[in-house]
This record gives sequence, C-alpha cells and structure tokens, in this order.
Amino acid sequence: MYTVTLTKGVPDFSEGAVSFDEDGHLERGKTPTVMNPNDRFALEAALQTKVRHGGTAAVMSMGPPGYGEVLQEAMSSVYADELFLLSDREMAAADTWATSITLATGIERIAETREQPDLVFAGFKTADGETGHTGPQTCWCLDWPILTHVIALDIDETERTIRVKRLVEGDIEEIETVEAPLPAMIVTDPEFEPTYRKAEHRLTFKDLREETTERAESYEEHLTTWDHAELNLDPDYIGLDGSPTIVSGVDPIPKAPSEREATVVDPGDEAGMESVLDELLPYTNRAAAGGD
Amino acid sequence: MAANTDPEEKTADAPAEAIDRGEVASVADGDDYEHYEAVVVGCGPGGAAAAATLARNGVETLVLERGVDAGSKNVSGGLLYAEESAPYTIDDLFPEFREATAERPITDYYLHNVAGNRVKTFDITDLHEHDTEWSDAVLRRRMDSWLAERVHEMTRETGGGLLTEVRVNGLLRDGGEIVGVTCDELDPITADLIVAADGVNSELARDAGLMDWERPEEWFQGVKAVVDLPDVDDRFDISEDEGEAHLFSGDLFSDVRGGGFLYTNEESLSIGTVFHLDSLVAEEAEPHELLDALLTHPLLGEWLDGEYHEREYSAKLVPDSKKVALREPHAGRLVLVGDAGGQMQAQGPIIKGMNHAVTAGALAAEAFVEARSRGDSTLAGERYAKRLRDEGVMAKLRPRRYEAASVLGERSPVANLTDRVVDSRAGRTVLRALSRANGLERLYGSPYLSMMVPDTATPYVTLPAVIAEELGEPVEGENDIEPPSLADRIGELTYDTDVGNPHIELLDSSVEASGAAVTACPVSARDFGGGCYREEVVKTNGDEERLVSLDTQPCVECGTCAIVADTRWEHPRGGKGVEFREG
Ligand SMILES: Cc1cc2nc3c(=O)[nH]c(=O)nc-3n(C[C@H](O)[C@H](O)[C@H](O)COP(=O)(O)OP(=O)(O)OC[C@H]3O[C@@H](n4cnc5c(N)ncnc54)[C@H](O)[C@@H]3O)c2cc1C
Ligand code: SF4
Repeated sequence: MYTVTLTKGVPDFSEGAVSFDEDGHLERGKTPTVMNPNDRFALEAALQTKVRHGGTAAVMSMGPPGYGEVLQEAMSSVYADELFLLSDREMAAADTWATSITLATGIERIAETREQPDLVFAGFKTADGETGHTGPQTCWCLDWPILTHVIALDIDETERTIRVKRLVEGDIEEIETVEAPLPAMIVTDPEFEPTYRKAEHRLTFKDLREETTERAESYEEHLTTWDHAELNLDPDYIGLDGSPTIVSGVDPIPKAPSEREATVVDPGDEAGMESVLDELLPYTNRAAAGGD
Repeated sequence: MAANTDPEEKTADAPAEAIDRGEVASVADGDDYEHYEAVVVGCGPGGAAAAATLARNGVETLVLERGVDAGSKNVSGGLLYAEESAPYTIDDLFPEFREATAERPITDYYLHNVAGNRVKTFDITDLHEHDTEWSDAVLRRRMDSWLAERVHEMTRETGGGLLTEVRVNGLLRDGGEIVGVTCDELDPITADLIVAADGVNSELARDAGLMDWERPEEWFQGVKAVVDLPDVDDRFDISEDEGEAHLFSGDLFSDVRGGGFLYTNEESLSIGTVFHLDSLVAEEAEPHELLDALLTHPLLGEWLDGEYHEREYSAKLVPDSKKVALREPHAGRLVLVGDAGGQMQAQGPIIKGMNHAVTAGALAAEAFVEARSRGDSTLAGERYAKRLRDEGVMAKLRPRRYEAASVLGERSPVANLTDRVVDSRAGRTVLRALSRANGLERLYGSPYLSMMVPDTATPYVTLPAVIAEELGEPVEGENDIEPPSLADRIGELTYDTDVGNPHIELLDSSVEASGAAVTACPVSARDFGGGCYREEVVKTNGDEERLVSLDTQPCVECGTCAIVADTRWEHPRGGKGVEFREG
C-alpha cells in the first residue's frame, strides 16, 4: 500500500500559544504553527494501513518552507517514510480551490516519480479555515471515489477494495458501511479510532516506533520539496492568482462581557415576569427587522 | 497533540465508547486465529526465563504482559537468590543481569527476635549462604522492565515479541481442549505451548481448574514500603558492593504469624512484612499498621535516624509452596510456572519465589523444546513436571520434612502444647542453656530445620519473643519517624482507573462473607473512608444492617480479597489500575 496523508500547518490556537492584536486579528508571526489537529485522525488511519498492510506512508503538505517542522511532527506521528512539501511564492495565499489543484498535482507527481498511491487520507476541516473543502476538491481533481466521515476502515488487498464505517451526515447515531475500489480518498472523522487486535500488528507498530524515532530526527533527508515549476503548474491557476474566493472581511467575534448584571425573577411572580417580557420585546423586533 | 497513538493506549479506552467501530467486516483476514508456537503470559521472572529459553531455542514466542511496563504490577521483598543447586539461575539466562539491574549483593543476614524493646539478634548469614551462589536485592520495576527489553529483542528474532498492556483473560478451548488464550485487547490466539507465568492469583491456573482461591491458610500477604535513603553506605557502614538483610519476628506484630524484613538497595531500603493470610484474618489485623509497627520500632531508629521518605507503598499475595505448589503444574498445552503454579518457597524466614520462577520457566521451555524435537509437543507438560522432580525443585517447594513435621505440629492441641512448653520455665531454661553453647544461633541457621518450621505461633511469635525476653538487651536510642497515613500512601500511588469497569465485583456484601476484607485489604481499614472495602450501616424499614461495600479505585491488586471475600475477581484490563514505580 502506498498512502499519502494531506496535512497542513495551522496557527496554534491553544490557550497561551495564540496571539491576537488589539483589533482581535490573529498575529501570525507571533503565533506558532502546529499540525492541524484534525489531521491526527487522518494520520492514524494511514498508520493503521501501514501497520496492517505494510508499504509506504507519505505525508504531503502545501505551505511555506517553515512547514518542515509540521511534517516532522507528522512523520513521528504516522511513522512516515516520505515527506513532500509543495512550496514556493507562487503557491502562497491560495484558497481551498487553488490548494486542491496544487495538492492533486502533487499526488499525480508521486504516481509518476514513485508509485501510484492507493489511498489518500485527509483530516476533516482545518482549524483556521474550517471549510472542509480541500479534501473533496482534491479528490474531484483526481477523479477518485471519496469516502467521508470515516470512523473505521478495512482494506482487501487482493480485491483492491476498501470498506469503511462512516457517520451518515456526520451523525454519530447513524453509521453505515460502504465499499469503494482503490485508489480512493478517505476523509477521517474526528471519531476515527484505529484498532489493533492482532498481536502481529502491535508488534509491527512497536518496530515502526523504534525505527521512526531516529528517522524523524533527520527528517530533512526524507523531505522532497517541489515548486510550481517542478509540478508544471501554471502560476495563474495556483496561489493567490488562482484563488476565486474573495474574503470580504474578517469580523472578530466580540468577546462576551465578563461581568453582566442579572436580576433574578421568580417565575411565579407575575409582575416580575411581565417586566422581563417588556425587556425582551425590543430584541425580538430587532431580530425580525434585521433578518435578510 | 501528536498522533502518536499507541494502540496499547488506544484500545484500552475503547469499551467505554458508545460507538460501534467493531470490525468493519470481513474483507480482511477472515476468522482464522493468529498462531504462535508459544505464548507466554506475564513477564515477571518466570515469564522472562521461559521466553528467553524458548527464543534461544528458536521457538516463535509471543509474550503478553498486562502492565504498562513489565514490573509495573509486581512486588517482591527483593532478595533474589541464585542457588548453587538450581539448574538455571537468572544470570545463566541473562548474563548482564546483575550489573544492569541488581541493587546490591546481600552479604550479611541478621534475624532479630523482638519482645517490646528487648531484642536478641542472631547472625544467620550461614543459612543465607547455604546453597547460595549469590543473592542480590532488587526492585521489580527496574528489574522486570530491563528483562522485558531483552525478552522483546530475543523473541522478536523468532517472529514473536513482547507486548505490554495486554491482559489475557482466559483459555481458548476447542472441544474442551486448551488451544490458546483469549485477551481483552486482542483477538484469540492459538499456540502449541501456553506458559502461564501470570503470578499469584493466576487467572489461567484458575480457568484450567488447577488452582482455587478458597483457603486463606495457603497464602501469605506481603506488604512493603520502599524508603528513600541516599546514604545507605554510611547508615549501615557498608561499601557499595555489600548489603544487609534484617529479619524481624516476635511480639511486635501482636499475635499475627509472620515477620518483617529490611533489605538494603542502592539508595533505598525495602522494608516490609509477610504474614500468613489466615492469621491476619483471624486477628483482624490491619496490614498497614503492622508495617508501621515495624517502621517505628526503636531498632530501626539507628538506620532511619529520624528521617522518613516513603517512595512507595505496595502489597501482594504470596503462595505457600508447602501447601499449593502443584506436583503436576500443567494441563494439555498449558504449563504453570512461578507463583501461578504455587512455586513460592518460604524456607523458614527466607523467601524464595523469584529464583524458583526463573528455574521453572526455563525448565518448562526446555521440556517443550525436547518434546517438540521428539515430534510430540503435547508431552511438554509431563516432561516439565518430571524435570521439576529430577532437578530437586519440587523437593524444595514441598519438603517431605515439613509434611512430616506439620502433621503433628499444626494440630492445635500439639501446637498449643509446644507453645506452652517454649513459654514455660523449663523451656526458657533450655533456651538459655542452648544459647550459652551458641546452639540457638546454630539451630536458627540450620537449613534442615528451617524447612520444617510448622505454621504455628511458636516459631513466629512465642519463641522469638521468649528468646528476646530471656536473652535480649533493650534497644538504645529511639525512633520517632512518622509513617504516612493510609490516605497519603494511596494518594502517592499512580493509577489509571478503568472508570465504569471495576475489576472486582462483590458478590456477597454481608459482613460474614466479605467483612474480613475491610481489615485484611492493605489499602482499607476500619473507620477509613478512602479505601477499597468499607463496612456501612444501612437502614431498611427501621432495621439496621451492617454491609460491606467496595470501591476498586485505590486497589493495589494484591489478590487478598479474592481469597477472603466473596468476589468475582479479575485483574484490570491491560495498562489499567495501579502502576508501581519501584515494586
Ligand atoms: C512482600 C513480598 C516479598 C517477597 N520477597 C521475596 C524475596 O525476597 N525473594 C524472592 O525470591 N521472592 C519474594 N517474593 C515472592 C516473589 O515476588 C514472587 O514469587 C515472584 O515475583 C514470582 O514470579 P512470577 O514470574 O511467577 O510472577 P510475577 O513476578 O508476579 O509476574 C507475573 C506477571 O504476569 C503479569 N500478569 C498477570 N496476570 C496477567 C494476565 N492476565 N495477562 C497478562 N499478564 C499478566 C503481571 O503483570 C506480572 O508482570 C515476595 C513477594 C512479596 C509480595
Ligand atoms: S481490593 Fe482486594 S485486591 Fe485490591 S488491594 Fe484490596 S484486598 Fe487487594
């Protein structure tokens, strides 16, 4: 099995790490970049595939050269063999569409220069954009089947099929099992959990862990960087120029006032309840008027 | 935030989940069981010895250990013997063992007879050195995790390996025949040889119908504190390649039959107690208080010198080989080694469990290799039992002399009589006479006699106390250390609680059936609300009823309540429960 997991660096939104300016805008320079949290589940799915079926696990990202560390983190997480960074100035400031074109081209390039990937794994939504578009769009470019909200998976190597359990509409109550031919793209749900119920798998896992600790320390040796020229990409279709999305503005979500005044009214107190209604009425009008 | 999800961690959380990730179904491997030539359950000294011997003979061996790390579940007093007469010692199997993991060689051995603050000390180094090539103090976390690394390397070469955080929960049978094991974390596994090296309270031995957990008189309970002491050399006036062992018996534990021990480690002390479980129950004694009685005795003042920092409190049952060592420790493809087969020898005051587990593990492995080479691996069990006999191991575990002596010695009229004689004026005169001729110390140092000590109060309580009264000197100096409370001891331990999935279930909560656990459980006590077992008064329709309740959270998995209370008792799932750092 040759798998490619797509990952991305995002600002570290965790308490204490993230930094905002006075207007509430994110200060990218001051906020460290970390691997997108949801990608963890994609990496786990790739790891499970590698443990159970062997082969190569590759990790790919589009981003600035500083993303190397994100890839290093991914490498030690997924015990990856190869890292690919798609990076140059022309690719910068891409929206999800331009990103998807770039990533799909990168995957095709792997097929040309390495071997045909059997599976591409993507996480569900990034922590910064929250669109959830990139995975499906990349898949559309590749013209592969896509399976989303995957919580468990199983591969039949001889039949070249993958069978997954997925949450229908992302709903935890509704789980279906579907099958697709390989190659395919898998978008993991945050509910994804790998299972290792064979001793042999756990032993392989242990071996991989030992091997990869060393490998991740010299991750640069396993890192391939491709720029747009190497990918034969027209700068007009990638990066900012290739991005149809227009961000009209970013509204900071106002902080809730830390102290509020509260009047406690006993629901049995009719006069009191009357005054509550009086207070609330103007808001209902405003909401009705403001709706567009 | 790294995706470094260890499968061992991951699945451990699974059952609490509501979502059915189950097997996605059957595209994969079908329902064929995984097969290994040998599966070894448990990686204590017994399991490690078996696995290393199997691996050395090219047997594909899988080792399954329930702890987060081998040693994280294990407790011993810590004196590991290499007997001259043993066919296998640990350094035969792991040549770097002593240098890599042992704390200190034990070069001096003393027995203290205590009555109040009077003490008569015997030097029994001769007994200690009898049949001893060497003996080292060890701490189990350090020792077992080191062994496990070697075992993993060796078994991996054979196509197997060692996995931690996997708990074997039973035997896999096919038409009544044992063919493998079932686990909490893995699918069933078949094997040609199954080595149950899963220690005391072996679930496999019980599943096979070879052991029951019914009679308290078949077990000891050991409780131990590892005490920080950076300057052991100075306090004991020894060099770094010397070490001391001290044993304590007499009236400092009231009438509970058993004794105390102190062993020097590199920079700590192992101080503990070992009591007959039936005696502990009969006296309704609190194990932690008995330990405290030892810790605070003036005799220890000299070494502790007013300072006391406890690294760890721990406890575990110990089988009494004289009563439970199985003469035929096997059933079909299953062989039992070490504590699982009851192979724990209390040779008078000297406790030998680890060394016998090592010997038995290696012999069982060898028996399998021989049987296999003769084309019938099913004969492994019988060959193993024969090797235990031929090599003299069984004779140590179940000494004929003890059996002869105990027939008389433990019947209560006789026992009472001996006790009264020792305590009488005539008895005391004999003692004094013996002592003048130095005969008493020699008697104590006799390996022959130490094997036939009956399990009565006489050797444990009466005799030492009388000796101390008649011949002892009062201890000078004092000992004003304050051991931690039970609540603090529990608070210092590390647990990964399996929330919502307790490993012990109380089947009968009446005081008659299970009340003994309230005192006998080493992390419970009367009038202590933070332990495992409690006695509660429940009011029903104006009636008051006393009932026992159980909370397994503080459990140290010692096994006591499996015997003294009416429970459904299992070990926690892999990686769950208490994690000892010293052991
Ligand atoms: C307080 C005390 C003092 C002692 N003093 C001494 C002493 O000074 N000298 C001496 O030689 N002996 C001493 N002993 C006895 C000694 O500790 C034991 O005899 C010895 O540890 C037995 O070794 P074993 O390999 O049979 O079992 P253990 O060392 O108990 O190892 C069993 C292993 O199996 C694992 N396991 C258990 N169940 C399962 C399962 N279901 N699935 C997977 N893994 C499982 C456990 O985690 C453990 O690692 C003492 C014991 C105590 C409690
Ligand atoms: S609950 Fe039972 S097994 Fe646990 S520590 Fe108490 S007596 Fe031991």
